[in-house]
Amino acid sequence: MNNALQMLLGKKGLPGLLILAFILLVVFPLTMDVDGLNLTGRFLAFAFVAVGLVLAWGYGGLLSLGQGLFFGIGGYAMAMYLKLEASTPEATAIQTTPGIPDFMDWNQITSLPWFWEPFHSLTFTVLAILTLPALFAAFIGFALFTRRVSGVFFAIITQAIVTIATILVIGQQGYTGGVNGITDLRTLKGWDIHTDQALVVFYFATVVLLFAMIALGMWVLSTKYGRILMATRDQENRIRYSGYSVAYFKIFIFALAGFMSGIGGAMFTLQVGFMSPSIIGIIPSIEFVIFAAVGGRLSLLGAVYGSLLVGYARVTFAEAFPQLWLFLIGAVFIAVVMFAPYGLAGLYNTHVRPRVEAFLVRMGWRPGAPPSDTPRAIDPQAAQEARK
Amino acid sequence: MDYSMQDLMAITAMQGFAGLSFFSVLLLMALGLAIIFGQMRVINMAHGEFMVLGAYTTYMVSTLASGLGPWATEYYILLAIPLAFLSAFLFGMLIEVLMIRHLYHRPLDTLLATWGLALVMQQGFRSIFGAREVSPSTPSWLEGSWRPTPMIDIPINGMAIMVLTVIVTLGVVWLMYRSRWGLRVRSTMASREMSAAVGINTRWVDRLTFALGCGVAGIAGAAFTMISSTGPTSGTLYIVDTFLVVVFGGAGSISGTVVSAFLIAQGQSILEFFLGSSMAKVTTLLVIIAILMMRPEGLFKSKVRR
Repeated sequence: MNNALQMLLGKKGLPGLLILAFILLVVFPLTMDVDGLNLTGRFLAFAFVAVGLVLAWGYGGLLSLGQGLFFGIGGYAMAMYLKLEASTPEATAIQTTPGIPDFMDWNQITSLPWFWEPFHSLTFTVLAILTLPALFAAFIGFALFTRRVSGVFFAIITQAIVTIATILVIGQQGYTGGVNGITDLRTLKGWDIHTDQALVVFYFATVVLLFAMIALGMWVLSTKYGRILMATRDQENRIRYSGYSVAYFKIFIFALAGFMSGIGGAMFTLQVGFMSPSIIGIIPSIEFVIFAAVGGRLSLLGAVYGSLLVGYARVTFAEAFPQLWLFLIGAVFIAVVMFAPYGLAGLYNTHVRPRVEAFLVRMGWRPGAPPSDTPRAIDPQAAQEARK
Repeated sequence: MDYSMQDLMAITAMQGFAGLSFFSVLLLMALGLAIIFGQMRVINMAHGEFMVLGAYTTYMVSTLASGLGPWATEYYILLAIPLAFLSAFLFGMLIEVLMIRHLYHRPLDTLLATWGLALVMQQGFRSIFGAREVSPSTPSWLEGSWRPTPMIDIPINGMAIMVLTVIVTLGVVWLMYRSRWGLRVRSTMASREMSAAVGINTRWVDRLTFALGCGVAGIAGAAFTMISSTGPTSGTLYIVDTFLVVVFGGAGSISGTVVSAFLIAQGQSILEFFLGSSMAKVTTLLVIIAILMMRPEGLFKSKVRR
């Protein structure tokens, strides 16, 4: 485990972080126009979920197929606030009931439902975004992990939960905007969210928050808690028999992943200007897992690269060859799972990294750790096989 | 609500029957999963697509048969069902060889890889058959309905599916619990090393078990065409339900799967009448999850030690 930590944190982790920061904060803003940045910002909003999945799935062994739920809670909370701000009595004067969101009016609802009321307040909304996804995740985690539901069963139940959420959102059209979602969001505290200036600000805010999440994740993994978490993933019973309450370790990491997803959802809403069930359902929820898997399930930075790469690939391919896109993403996913289970980060660590290190040493930029010491990501499954 | 007693009886009978045909499709889908997931612990997210493969096979047989004349359109379904089984069976075997067997020690990864497969298969269907939903011609003897009283109206195709479900279920039970092959499967899943030591070719057992599960999904697809039209993404609609059926019933227990498919289908179809379809589905799923939290092993615990 030391190796994995060193890889992330030690002096060797810092260059990776700096390179990513350089790409996101300098290269992209200089080379892209506002639309490009906005698009990148959306992918980065998905990266919050992928970073959370690296923690929960890669390090905690909890494969959740329901992260869309937490992304959705964050996103909908933000959208509800923005929608209320856009639905002033003046702006909605033509409705039967002015002052409520348009879709409620279309569905013959005549007063604002109680759970919409608090979203008039920005403070409440921000608090909701920061706490609700984590609380939901903690609740689900508590219910499942204390009953020792794990592995495949956990994956299926989280998928069922996100199904329930999607059906509810679509079915309760008058309260949620139904299948169209909450659209036509305009201003944040009177500030037009569609201007170029706003989009650039949102992009940088997303990047900064994303780095905060990555740093948080790295810190969590570097603590003793992080080690016990990884040990739990590999040998749950040994940890349990050592006297740890395994369930609470899992609940925490799952809640943390939910927390990150919620922030991602809120940033997504801000940058896109709408929120709809098509972004939180079963398929998007599995796509989050793809991002994490492509980037490398043990690499927090990899999750960001994975989200960006798959995102750009989708935009490029889906426009040029819509027929081929599903073939490609399906095939990539199969290939990653079968041949590169540790994703891009794993490929980098086994193939590129030794050469980079050797190069740095040869150039005299790094006093030589011999290449044989290069840390490699530990393969938990292989380790487990070996123990049997 | 003011329903008379007679109304309520008729509603119960018809919703009950609607529930029974839903039960049949759900059970047919779940049986294949119960074999694959219950016995082998492999999560096949492409199970719905194997069903669609069976459905498209049926559609192709029907199209070919309509060229042969009216007598063929009447009875093509009798040929289509075995062919649907066969196509899904063979394709399942191919997938086992290419993908699944490399992932047996990584159950969560089979889930991800088979989801990738599901995407590829969906696009494959779309490229070959088009994005529009298709439905084969229904033979005239499956059309119409049976009306014991003026209020009750029971469709014939629903009954046909039930008969098919009973036959397939009995077949699977016989195969798994009464045949020598089933004995080999169960012994391999209980202890791979010991089974290999007594001369069972465990690799072929895996292969055939997986293929059989897929084949049963193919039959489900053939049945599916009798009640609904088929599109490239029809399979994904059912995948969550089917997994819940298997998990709820207790993985590894065929009788558990039957009981849980029955409870889920009946519960949902009766609730549907009173709550509307989306709330009925939500309520059913929530109840299942709540019960699974209390009994993580499902209704019928398997007695195998792990």
